[in-house]
Amino acid sequence: MTTTSSAQHTRRDFLYVATGAVAAVGAAAAVWPLISQMNPDASTIAAGAPIEVDLTPIAEGQDIKVFWRGKPIFISHRTKKQIEDARAVPVSSLPDPQTDQARVKEGHDQWLVVIGICTHLGCIPIAHEGAYDGFFCPCHGSVYDTSGRIRQGPAPSNLPIPPYAFVSDSKIKIG
Amino acid sequence: MSGPSSYQPSHPALQWFEKRLPLIGLIHSSFIAYPTPRNLNYWWTFGGILSFMLGVQIVTGVILAMHYTPHVDLAFNSVESIVRDVNYGWLLRYLHSNGASMFFIAVYIHMLRGLYYGSYKAPREVLWILGVIIYLLMMATGFMGYVLPWGQMSFWGATVITNLFSAIPYVGESIVTLLWGGYAVGNPTLNRFFSLHYLLPFVIAGVVVLHVWALHVVGQNNPAGVEVKTEKDVVPFTPYATIKDGFGIVCFMIFYAWFVFYIPNYLGDPDNYIPANPGVTPAHIVPEWYYLPFYAILRSIPSKLGGVIAMFSAIIVLAFLPWLDSAKTRSSKYRPLAKQFFWIFVVVCVLLGWLGGKPAEGIYITAGRILTFCYFAYFLIVLPILSRIETPRAVPNSIADDVLAKYGKKAGPMAPVILALVLAGGLVMGGSQNAKAAEGGPTPPSLSWSFAGPFGKFDRGALQRGYKVYKEVCATCHSMNLVHFRNLADPGGPGFSAAQALAVASDIQVKDGPNDAGDMFDRPGRLADKFPAPFPNENAARAANGGAYPPDLSLLAKARNYDRGFPQFIFDFFTQFQEKGPNYIDALLQGYEDAPKDFQLPQGAYYNKYFPGHAIKMPKPISDDQVTYDDGTPQKVENYAKDVATFMMWTAEPHLEARKKLGLQVMIFLIIFAFLMYFTKKKVWADAH
Ligand code: FES
Repeated sequence: MTTTSSAQHTRRDFLYVATGAVAAVGAAAAVWPLISQMNPDASTIAAGAPIEVDLTPIAEGQDIKVFWRGKPIFISHRTKKQIEDARAVPVSSLPDPQTDQARVKEGHDQWLVVIGICTHLGCIPIAHEGAYDGFFCPCHGSVYDTSGRIRQGPAPSNLPIPPYAFVSDSKIKIG
Repeated sequence: MSGPSSYQPSHPALQWFEKRLPLIGLIHSSFIAYPTPRNLNYWWTFGGILSFMLGVQIVTGVILAMHYTPHVDLAFNSVESIVRDVNYGWLLRYLHSNGASMFFIAVYIHMLRGLYYGSYKAPREVLWILGVIIYLLMMATGFMGYVLPWGQMSFWGATVITNLFSAIPYVGESIVTLLWGGYAVGNPTLNRFFSLHYLLPFVIAGVVVLHVWALHVVGQNNPAGVEVKTEKDVVPFTPYATIKDGFGIVCFMIFYAWFVFYIPNYLGDPDNYIPANPGVTPAHIVPEWYYLPFYAILRSIPSKLGGVIAMFSAIIVLAFLPWLDSAKTRSSKYRPLAKQFFWIFVVVCVLLGWLGGKPAEGIYITAGRILTFCYFAYFLIVLPILSRIETPRAVPNSIADDVLAKYGKKAGPMAPVILALVLAGGLVMGGSQNAKAAEGGPTPPSLSWSFAGPFGKFDRGALQRGYKVYKEVCATCHSMNLVHFRNLADPGGPGFSAAQALAVASDIQVKDGPNDAGDMFDRPGRLADKFPAPFPNENAARAANGGAYPPDLSLLAKARNYDRGFPQFIFDFFTQFQEKGPNYIDALLQGYEDAPKDFQLPQGAYYNKYFPGHAIKMPKPISDDQVTYDDGTPQKVENYAKDVATFMMWTAEPHLEARKKLGLQVMIFLIIFAFLMYFTKKKVWADAH
């Protein structure tokens, strides 16, 4: 082996580091499409567009289930009593404090629209069941009230509200 | 992998682990300390390239399987939705489909290298036979993978290849039924092919481990063909072989990327963009290019059983090579006669490949028989005799001597050899595209398209006009089952805004339902809907079109081609020509003429000089001034044809612009990387000489 000066050493080191760095950048870039393909594809995203729901056929005290983006959405037409029950509870006593007014659209107090997925581990609660005449989750016993707020059981938070708006008095657009 | 490891871990935790499972020691002795002959040339990097390709195929394949549906009704469309909808799906599919070709290119070079340098000779017989087994497994895997997209070639290729087994006396028919799982190629066949196509690569990986193990027991052969004698003959695998293989792999990746990003369908048969149809056989069934030499051998024997036996023997004979060639000298470098016969053999293989893509008629049959004879004669006559009568030149004493001798005279005949190989490869690969030569008819003129070449982009104006022509003319008969209204607003498309695309969609009524009451109903189209068919079902479409079914137009530009002739396809490779489909569509629309006097036009058909057979069921669809253009483009058939062909090219490949753009970035990256690797390699090897 020949003796190498330190100047040659740095030049060689620079070459090695540059090659290694470019290789690392290439490997990282190559992984990107391999991961990205797991995200929802274009047709899934297009199918997740907003949907319109006609509320006319839902009688007072009744509720329906529709699907949006693969999730069940409960739409309940609440009775006077159900609304009063929901509003009578002192908010501070709730595990996830939220007023009923904050969970419905102003002027449309009778309509409760929630994503019907239990905030515990993702089961679908049953409507009109449980001690509060709201929702009851059969999996591990979470009980929600007529505003979809958690009252008992292991679930940590209220049933989430999907993005929606009233297009007319009897029609909503979810999404 | 041979003998106890010299690896001594320094960290106590590693020592503890090493005593219990000497895995790191195994890796160390196999891929780091492993002594490599120092005179290996670049033909030896193909082993590394093959490992790399196996990895690429497994990774991309596992991912494609996440999106693919192995069902006869869904397979074709699931592959199309991978290419159209899945994030980077087009890239993954093209990497995988072209990866198969790259794999075979590399394996053929690897095998020919073994043949030339006598790598099959004692003590490497088992290593060689394991290689033949890998090759057989690769052929089975490649074939089954080609069936999965369930296009016309998939279906009919599967039918033809499985029918080979019907040649077996007495039990043949039952075996074929067993392979199909039915009375014809069908859903059970597709399902099992998918299962096996997923399984076999892991079997290959297993045999590769054995192959590498056997290699590390007996040590690598080398261009001089002499065994390693002293320490001076070898260098440690890492960094020397690692960096050299790495450089080889990067160069190979440039070649690979050329196909993936610029001519991704060059090696595939356009008929596979037509969904499988058990009722119609394509005019010529051609296997993928890498099977063509064997296909030629199959066809050149005028007996069903004989052909099948000949074809399988052509591969099996390789396994007996170590005993057929008993010459003491390994490397053909020192065997003047063997060297010449080797190159003749290579030419024979290439010509066989070329013949395999030609229709089996006339002179091609005779040529096929002569070449088949030559192929077998090389193994069964030439090599056994040569090894007895040839006097080889003196081989170097040691590898070190070989290296020293080489230092005097620089640069072998590498460049011309590579050029010859590229041309030969082009010949074989182009051969499969050439197979339709018998159909005749004038060749459509080649037009200049805005999307041609590496920097090509769609002409937005042409796309928008083309959409108008499609909507007002073509859409009255044809569907576009793979195109959605949302695609009109996609980047790389005609450049509609989302609102415009929605307006287009809501103009049409879509059948939907059943609703809660169990009724079907009409609703305005949404962005997520597809371009609907104008007829409620196939029979209605046939009835409205004189019995001919108007095909779906989404893939028309990819599913149509015509013969470009020899040697045009070699230039096509370099110029990245891929405008056959649009040229054909344009020509077809302008090819309507009055039938020549002596031409017998069938009832209800029209004369078109570009349509195969010249008689087409579709009446001339468009004439001057039929569609109003607002942008001042002349309202002539010529312009209509070109615009609608452009539009169809986009519907066939909506991500064309994304592909070319990413391709440019990848190419620049790879070239920079290749330079860096080359200089690093030079520096690393500088102290080995
Ligand atoms: S998932 Fe509802 S209570 Fe556990």
